[in-house]
Amino acid sequence: MKENTFILKSSPHFRDKDSVSKIMYAVIISLIPAVAASIYFFRLKAALIYITCVASCLITEAVFLKVRKKDMHSLWDGSAIITGLLLAMTLPPSLSLDLVIIGSVMAIALGKQVFGGLGYNVFNPALVGRAFLQIAFPVAMTTWIPPSTLQVNTATFATPLGNLKFLASITEGSLTPLKDLFWGNVGGCLGETSAIALLAGALFLLFRKVIDWRIPVGIISALAVFTGIFWITSPDKYTHPLFHVLAGGLLIGAFFMATDMVTSPITPLGAWIYALGIGSLIGLIRLFGGFPEGVMFSILFMNTFVPLINRYTRPRILGERRRRA
Amino acid sequence: MRKKTFPRGTHPPEYKHYTEGQRLEKLEPPEKVFIPLNQHFGKPADPLVSKGEEVLLGQKIGDSDELFSATVHSSVSGKVLFVKEHPHPLGSPALTVIIANDGKDTPHPDMKGTKDPFSLKPEDIRSKVRDAGIVGMGGAAFPTAVKLSPPKGKAIDTVIINGCECEPLLTSDYRLMLEYTKDIINGAELVRKAAEAKRIIIGIEDNKRDVFELFKQKMNGFPGETALLKTKYPQGAEKNLIYALLKREVPRGGLPFDVGVVVQNVGTAKAVWDAVSSGTPLYERAVTLSGPGLKENKNLLIRIGTPFKHAVEYCGGLKEGANMLVMGGPMMGLAQWNLDTPVIKGTSGLIVWEEEAFPEEFPCISCGRCVSHCPMGLVPTRLMNYSRHGYYQEAEKWGVLDCVECGCCQYICPAKIPLVHWIRVGKNAITSMKRKKKS
Repeated sequence: MKENTFILKSSPHFRDKDSVSKIMYAVIISLIPAVAASIYFFRLKAALIYITCVASCLITEAVFLKVRKKDMHSLWDGSAIITGLLLAMTLPPSLSLDLVIIGSVMAIALGKQVFGGLGYNVFNPALVGRAFLQIAFPVAMTTWIPPSTLQVNTATFATPLGNLKFLASITEGSLTPLKDLFWGNVGGCLGETSAIALLAGALFLLFRKVIDWRIPVGIISALAVFTGIFWITSPDKYTHPLFHVLAGGLLIGAFFMATDMVTSPITPLGAWIYALGIGSLIGLIRLFGGFPEGVMFSILFMNTFVPLINRYTRPRILGERRRRA
Repeated sequence: MRKKTFPRGTHPPEYKHYTEGQRLEKLEPPEKVFIPLNQHFGKPADPLVSKGEEVLLGQKIGDSDELFSATVHSSVSGKVLFVKEHPHPLGSPALTVIIANDGKDTPHPDMKGTKDPFSLKPEDIRSKVRDAGIVGMGGAAFPTAVKLSPPKGKAIDTVIINGCECEPLLTSDYRLMLEYTKDIINGAELVRKAAEAKRIIIGIEDNKRDVFELFKQKMNGFPGETALLKTKYPQGAEKNLIYALLKREVPRGGLPFDVGVVVQNVGTAKAVWDAVSSGTPLYERAVTLSGPGLKENKNLLIRIGTPFKHAVEYCGGLKEGANMLVMGGPMMGLAQWNLDTPVIKGTSGLIVWEEEAFPEEFPCISCGRCVSHCPMGLVPTRLMNYSRHGYYQEAEKWGVLDCVECGCCQYICPAKIPLVHWIRVGKNAITSMKRKKKS
């Protein structure tokens, strides 16, 4: 018998087939319906924003990898593409492409690479890019155009939530119909308009066990309960929870942003705390804050607490006494 | 029927079909056997024979005065060639009795059976178990006699017979359960008597439904039952099995008898029966030889001390490119480097395959899968980080010593981080620091 040489390594010797890249590309696949929907509603401009975002995110990532003398092939782990896609989905379709580039550079540079790259960032990179644009270019970031499928007066056009906050009064029945929110025939950021497209992608992620179901469930229920309490007590002043769930960036935030693995808690209890925090904050900002929308700031705010949440939600070890000493 | 199980854990591919249909064959003993004196948890046995001495099959060749130890017996008859260091499957070389087999298998006169084993007193069963050198045959090799003698004030009410065999590829326990059903059940009853327990529970995973039905029929009126468990890894890990069957939690740092339980593997139960009923000490065990790196896959009854090479050659040898040889299952087994290393009492399998390139390691993306799969309720990624950077006190606070090294976290980790490796580093550092503090 031929003498073989054997490899010595420690157990376990089996590995699951899933990998970081596969997870990332699963997220990319899950975003396809929403991306397609936004290109349908906003046509060429949407496509241009997506291309610009993804390209500038990849370039920024490549520059940082080069400067930090890191292995170049981690450029294609999929995470930079996700950041690009998610950022684009949170931008208004009217935004000029130079601002799109600035946002993308900031997302990767400030949101991810300064912390040490993939796995080390505290905040969701795409939302860091968006927050930067929101603060630096507030007007451009709140100028909305209607989707190509909607005939309206463009001068006074507002998103469903902007409409709710600044223009409409609930009793007049001028709120955006739920049907339009569901299919996406409304104004708003690129990727957040079509609820059905987002849900299709989200179902895929849940089925593929990429995202923790607790996070979207927690966010949506917290927001529904929060807005529901006000709706029940004074329905003439506040709108019903279903509107809040379907309108604005709630669905994309709950299923695709807050569930970012790196910036969400790793313990089951932690995920609940984090999700309930986000949902309640969104309700608070939407009903009583200065902005019509609160998804971005709520997620970024709760991102800050993730290390702390992880520290204080250690699961109970098998055989540990129920009450902690 | 509701299947019992424990929370979390994982389910790696089983690959049991390679060998589950293979009957246990007796492997002819080799010309030379290499019997290490250290095949168990605890102090190595001291040699009772020296170079040039004639020994008989089943003759005691190693013993110790320590409680935490086990006796060692010759697995052939012949002449002692050397008592010297030899490669050992647990890593560093260990003192080994090397015997030239005379091929006659002349039995030692001490191998005498008992006419009515069930009428023996508990202490007699325990001393026979100790004399037969029986250790836990699931892999951990804890001396069985010690397990059967709980300290004062800790009464045992339940004996669990572990027939889970939750490791992928291994089918040696399955074959034992099919072919030696009676012996295992009788052994279980002896264990119950020795531990002075009230009942027996035989736990079998539902991927072995045929043996489950078999055991249910053949319980022979002994007090106890056969329980069906969900097929999940690590169902056979002692603490998880106790939880699955009885919903009792062994306290942190404690042992099963803290909750009135003793767990024995099916192979151990059979060994107890053999030792008591026919006086046969533990010199042979069932081993699965499996994996894509072997020309043929088999289940063999192998004499202790048989070099891996002898067994592998019986299976047609290795395939071209085979570069991983693991003793035990693929989840907790130990990688081996040398085919001269012998089969020991804890060798449940020899698995051979071709390992391709090492997976690229990514930074932790905090997916939390290690947390949602850890059967002990730990946070493996955090333990890994603490150990990797030398924060051993923090690691201990977060329960690193509770880790049973089952490997679920590393199996599931999408970033391919060697979590268990770093956790072991932390555990070793902490235990050696504690030892230093004591002395």
